[in-house]
Amino acid sequence: MDSDDSKRLLELLSARRAELIAQWEQTVAASLHGRLSTVELGRELSELYDAITEALAAGGLAGRGPEYGVVRSLLVELSRNRARQGFTPTETAVSVFSLKEVLESLLGGSVEEIRAYLQFSHLLDDLGLFTVEEYARTREEIISAQSQQLLELSTPVVKLWDGVVGVPLVGTLDSARTQVVMEKLLQALLDSNSTHAIIDITGVPAVDTQVAQHLLKTVVAARMMGAECVISGIRPQIAQTIVGLGIEFGDIPTKATLADALRHALVEIDKAASTRAAGLL
Amino acid sequence: MSDRVPVLKIGDILLVSIQVDLEDQMVLDLQDDLSQKIVATSARGVVIDISALEIVDSFVGRMLATTAAISRVLGAETVVVGMRPAVAMTLVELGLSLGGVRTALNLELGLGYLRRAQASSPENR
Repeated sequence: MDSDDSKRLLELLSARRAELIAQWEQTVAASLHGRLSTVELGRELSELYDAITEALAAGGLAGRGPEYGVVRSLLVELSRNRARQGFTPTETAVSVFSLKEVLESLLGGSVEEIRAYLQFSHLLDDLGLFTVEEYARTREEIISAQSQQLLELSTPVVKLWDGVVGVPLVGTLDSARTQVVMEKLLQALLDSNSTHAIIDITGVPAVDTQVAQHLLKTVVAARMMGAECVISGIRPQIAQTIVGLGIEFGDIPTKATLADALRHALVEIDKAASTRAAGLL
Repeated sequence: MSDRVPVLKIGDILLVSIQVDLEDQMVLDLQDDLSQKIVATSARGVVIDISALEIVDSFVGRMLATTAAISRVLGAETVVVGMRPAVAMTLVELGLSLGGVRTALNLELGLGYLRRAQASSPENR
């Protein structure tokens, strides 16, 4: 029964291959409003068409079966490309579903043909769903890659002077970012053999107890490794909030600008260097 | 029967280089050995190198603070050197800040600090 249907389908699909592909291409192109070149579309669709015919020839109408491996990998590629190029899920799935429409117009009235068509339509539904799933997965991947990138972009550690590294913080500090900042800062201290670090919070929009807590943690960790931290870039507004909230930075030096902090760090380094220069080491 | 951590003497500074993960008994032995040796050699400074340690738990963290306090009582200053970034982060998460313990990035900077500290102390003037 199943094999009968697929044989009938196969005959229909291979007999009128060129015609069907052309029509399919036309329908899909119309739905995409010319945002994809016809050459590229034509290549994609004819590859897909041939893969489907081959799978039908291998027998079976189960879209998730082993015969459809090639079809699925083509669909994965198609939906990935569509997702990257910014097409909507509908525009992606329509590439599969419109084959039904094309086939429908060729349908004769016989019961067998209609049954075969229905079977094929089930198959295409399944493949269409698979496309949408793949589309969603690609979008997820893009989003998580972007947030990872954002996290890395927003926490650079720069060397300001021999023995001084700076961390210009931009954006709100939450515990995930603090973790990244801390990791990068500590590693930079080790790599550059720096004894001083300047954390610049000019780009941090607001400092509340939570943010202060995160800053303190970072400073304490740096201290345990043997480096001194200075917090700089405290705007007047922020200074008022800090005092208003009763946040204590303890013995951590804080400066208004990055320049002040750098001067402070250089003076400290100079103190150490001058005693060393006096022939003590 | 556990191994002991060696305590090495360089001039008037004692060097403790911890190379293996510490068991509790080793920590206690080390504290014992170190305080004996400070008295025996009248050392002025102690450097504890933990650059080989990948894991420092709260017990070892407390031991570092206690050891520093003990040596201070005996007249020697302690510098903990070479703490790894991951270890520092773990200790912060555990809520330990090693307050009162001098730290340095590496052995060289730690020794330099101790020499300077001794040179500027009133006894040597």
